[in-house]
Amino acid sequence: MEQFILGRLTWDSLPHEWFTLGGTCAFVVILLGVAIFLTRVKRWKWLWMEWLTSTDPKKIGIMYIIIAFLMFLRGGLDVVMIWLQQTIGTSNAPGYLGATHGYLSADHFQQIFTAHGDIMVFFVTMGFLFGLINLIVPLQIGARDLAFPFLNSLGFWLYFAGVVLINMFFVLGGAFAATGWLAVAPLSELQFNPGVGVDYWIWSLQVSGLGTLVGGINFVVTILKMRAPGMSLMRMPMFTWASLMGMILVISIFPILAMTMILLTLDRYLGMHFFTLDNGGNAMMYWNLIWMWGHPEVYVLIIPVFGIYSEIVSTFAQKKIFGYTSLVVAVGGITLLSFSVWLHHFFTMGAGADVNSFFGIMTMWIAIPTGVQIINWLFTMFRGKIIFKSPIYWFFGFVSTFTFGGMAGLLMALPPVDFQVHNTLFLVAHFHTMIVGGALFGIFAGFTYWFPKVFGFKLNERLGKYAFWTWLVGFFLSFVPLYILGMMGAVRRMDTYSPSLGWQPLFTVSLIGACIIMVAVGLQILQVIVSIIQRRENRDLTGDPWNGRSLEWATSSPPPFYNFAVIPQVHSRDAFWEMKKSEENKQHPKGATSSERTGLREAAHSVVAYEDIELPKNTPMGIYLSGFIFLFGLAMVWHAWLFVIIGLVGAIWCVISRTFDENTEYVLTAAEVEKIEKKNKS
Amino acid sequence: MKTLSRIIIAIFILFDVYLIGKILLVDKNFQVLNPQGIIALQEKNVGLVALFLMFIVVIPVFIWALYVGTTYKEGNKWAKYAPDWDHNTKLQFFIWAFPISIVCILCVFNWVTAHKLDPSQAIASTNQTMTIQVVASRWKWIFIYPEQKIATVNLVEFPENTPIHFELSASDTPMNSFWIPQLGGQIYAMSGMATQTHLIADSIGTYRGENAEINGAGYAQMTFTAKSVTQNDFDTWVSSVKQSSNPVLDLTTFNKLAQPSQDNPIAYYSSTQDNLFTTIVTKYMAPGKGMERM
Amino acid sequence: MSKIIKHHTNHQEAITKDKTIFGFWVYLMTDLLMFGVLFASYAVLHGNIFNGPSGKEIFDLPFALTETIILLTSSFTAGLAIWAMRNNDKNQVLLWFGVTFLLGLSFLILELTEFHKLVTEGNSWQKSAFLSSYFSLVATHGLHITAGLFWMLITLIKVKSKGLTEGLSRKLTLISLFWHFLDIVWIFIFTIVYLMGAI
Repeated sequence: MEQFILGRLTWDSLPHEWFTLGGTCAFVVILLGVAIFLTRVKRWKWLWMEWLTSTDPKKIGIMYIIIAFLMFLRGGLDVVMIWLQQTIGTSNAPGYLGATHGYLSADHFQQIFTAHGDIMVFFVTMGFLFGLINLIVPLQIGARDLAFPFLNSLGFWLYFAGVVLINMFFVLGGAFAATGWLAVAPLSELQFNPGVGVDYWIWSLQVSGLGTLVGGINFVVTILKMRAPGMSLMRMPMFTWASLMGMILVISIFPILAMTMILLTLDRYLGMHFFTLDNGGNAMMYWNLIWMWGHPEVYVLIIPVFGIYSEIVSTFAQKKIFGYTSLVVAVGGITLLSFSVWLHHFFTMGAGADVNSFFGIMTMWIAIPTGVQIINWLFTMFRGKIIFKSPIYWFFGFVSTFTFGGMAGLLMALPPVDFQVHNTLFLVAHFHTMIVGGALFGIFAGFTYWFPKVFGFKLNERLGKYAFWTWLVGFFLSFVPLYILGMMGAVRRMDTYSPSLGWQPLFTVSLIGACIIMVAVGLQILQVIVSIIQRRENRDLTGDPWNGRSLEWATSSPPPFYNFAVIPQVHSRDAFWEMKKSEENKQHPKGATSSERTGLREAAHSVVAYEDIELPKNTPMGIYLSGFIFLFGLAMVWHAWLFVIIGLVGAIWCVISRTFDENTEYVLTAAEVEKIEKKNKS
Repeated sequence: MKTLSRIIIAIFILFDVYLIGKILLVDKNFQVLNPQGIIALQEKNVGLVALFLMFIVVIPVFIWALYVGTTYKEGNKWAKYAPDWDHNTKLQFFIWAFPISIVCILCVFNWVTAHKLDPSQAIASTNQTMTIQVVASRWKWIFIYPEQKIATVNLVEFPENTPIHFELSASDTPMNSFWIPQLGGQIYAMSGMATQTHLIADSIGTYRGENAEINGAGYAQMTFTAKSVTQNDFDTWVSSVKQSSNPVLDLTTFNKLAQPSQDNPIAYYSSTQDNLFTTIVTKYMAPGKGMERM
Repeated sequence: MSKIIKHHTNHQEAITKDKTIFGFWVYLMTDLLMFGVLFASYAVLHGNIFNGPSGKEIFDLPFALTETIILLTSSFTAGLAIWAMRNNDKNQVLLWFGVTFLLGLSFLILELTEFHKLVTEGNSWQKSAFLSSYFSLVATHGLHITAGLFWMLITLIKVKSKGLTEGLSRKLTLISLFWHFLDIVWIFIFTIVYLMGAI
């Protein structure tokens, strides 16, 4: 009976090692702190009504970004732990805190880098990107909401459930997967990893993966079906194009991940033989399937960021984006090509020269559209008037780092070279350069760029620049040694090594780099805090602080919850820029100042006819449904079948109950819209 | 503040120059760049050629970025401002043609070198190829010499200037990656199937070997030694292993050896059971099926 | 601040219908990809019979043909139901969807008996990779059928009490799309698994 209720959860499973307990304490302290704060300012109801149950993509976007940032801190802490172990854990050094070498046992070390990889890819980068797309794309296409507001809320709460699941072992103990971020077979099979670790991996990624898929469908339908009248596909802003391509990738590949994980689950739970060593299982098939998902996934992480760079370059060079059609073709080309390269992750598995070089050649082809984009961005800046604010700094940081990482990637696309650097720290340095130098720098740039739109005031520019330079220095110090270590024959994921190899000084440099990055992140946190304190001085009163070109800048900062009182009519690319220019030409033949622009918009609005607006209501059903799915996942990890059944039945009940709900929308009358608009103007 | 940031930038350019200088001086620890066998040498050269080709595109782009970033900064009175200049078909053609042409060259290069340096390619040499079978096990490497009928653990010794044909598999372990950085590229050793690679050491020496694919807690301990010696020394070594009081590696002993263990010392086996390797590879196949070779 | 409404304007309804049906098609494509992975793994593993039986030994073609005819007929009756829905004939809708439901249920029962027979013979999904991939592919389809039947039942109950409202008509359209999709997947299963396995 106890087995049916608790599964394999026993008192022994609960956290008892020093750093697991450290994490538990940290979480408890943070949660208590938040709870006490909310109680003191009496904001529980407000939090529930205004934020948690919201279907407004602007609110959901902010929630995504907050959670992504918290997971970023956790993933970053994992990094410092990894590098510390690699710096002090030489094979002749004594072991501390119960470890043979360094301060972490091999198994714990392997759990930490596995968690680091999964957290950074799934919960940090994807979280940030989904947040940005939620916040900005509806505004850019002149829509009021996404196509399916309830699914948007559900998608976020499923993501959150995945976040809680991956951190659950700080509460219930056990272990996390020690298999590397993709839990490859046959290592992840019962034969080699019978414990709860791989199951935590499976269920946290399944639950959040469901949220990602739902979000992907939502974004694709929104962009294709809900653009403002007159906005043809070739008039969309580049960030919207890039988001569309990224989300098309998401809906194409997440089913593959889901099913591959289900097959692994079937092996582990029902004794099937998809990837086992015995009874005809084929572990290589796992590698093919998981990388068919995995490679396009990294393009999901970077393609929307390419869109961010397009926006920033055009706005800050005060010039139309150069080669719009080329950029669209390039982004589309990268999307398509990303499906044809997956085998380059295991050239060393012996598939033969024909197969290997085919995939190597396809990999090299992706360099072309990427290079074309960078050249077009530079031509956008050519004969522009570049304003050097921190978003542009991040762009140049991207150009300088991403190019080198890309060259390293192109090198590895040659099978003979890959044979000598596969799974070494050279590879690790390559993909971190792409994700940190490429995606993360772009996310920071986008965050700075759109922050005033979302919150109504600009970020402190000085601290932004300091943070950038500190990041850049820290980045080079952290990753250049890794390229070199790869050349020295250092493989990845090693918890110990002989000091005679001469690796230790380079690991030390990397550790210093990681600490510098910690300082940089600290500066970014400081930047937000200081900006909040200084918000009145940096208030954005016009809604258009950067003299922007796309429709999101046509709203107030922050926008009203319905985005647009009147859906705009679009006549060209750079819709808002053209609107500004045509108003200027109508009333002022020469250029207009910012206050004149405000005046023009006011004048335009005064002759507007308001209409009733239908909006989705808030709903707690996303939270309840995700809660039951979370319970299902957690119970599956521990084989606690009673709760598996409760979770499943509860989830089905939530779905049915939602379909019976007729009152999911409400109407905002034209008069109410007018009142809010007038209030925003004053 | 500006001076401080300039000093910081200067420090790290100097630091990078120092690091790159270290690579160019080819410290003996830069194993990938310090090949001791022709396969590794050719692999390194492929990388260098490709890098050179890439710089043909990258360096101009960098110079262009620097030029654009400095010239068109807002405030530069003499820089032209063309806010609506957003396309030029001829220029766009060149923007595509330039990277496409370099990548095409690289693609041909890719095809040719991938075939030339495929691990299954035999190495042309005046000396006869020797076969050594490798079985990866948790967490050690077992080497079976089918021609000499001896076996070793964590040490593979062979004559210099002799092409070695490695046949690899694994026993009851997740995937492993067999790698001797100074002799040549990796190949996976997987349970239930046999892979192969050809390596050769140009002269005598001792080289480090390791596993590059995670396979459990003892993964970092799975290093081994590769030693190339003169032909005479090799023959002497083989006879000494054969004649000593070392145990016999039959299937029972092998199964015991293959149990999970870490930090295995170098061990020798004076004789091996016939077809031991084939038995290990086909362990997971249904009775009656042949060996799957890749 | 607001007033609750129970029905939409025609314009709003048209937009909702359009994007909902489009969104459902997108979802169906993702579901197809999931089945794609199952088909791919079947293709790779169907020869790995290890010590167990091969497809030839366990597939009963007449049985599978019966299942196929039942499912194809149910697709036809679902089509009839949608035609009735376009003619706003509530009773015909209930009748034909009811028949579809019963046919789908018989399909499921037949499939379960087939599984039961295999398991009691000792040829369960644990025996070999071939059997693992066979059971997963067919059972995933069966689970989708089950979900579809469930969905059909609940919607028909609502139609009975509320009649053919805009919202419910839209849902019936989605159900029929789902049902036809599952039928197409079954054709692939019948061809690739049963027909090609028995040859």
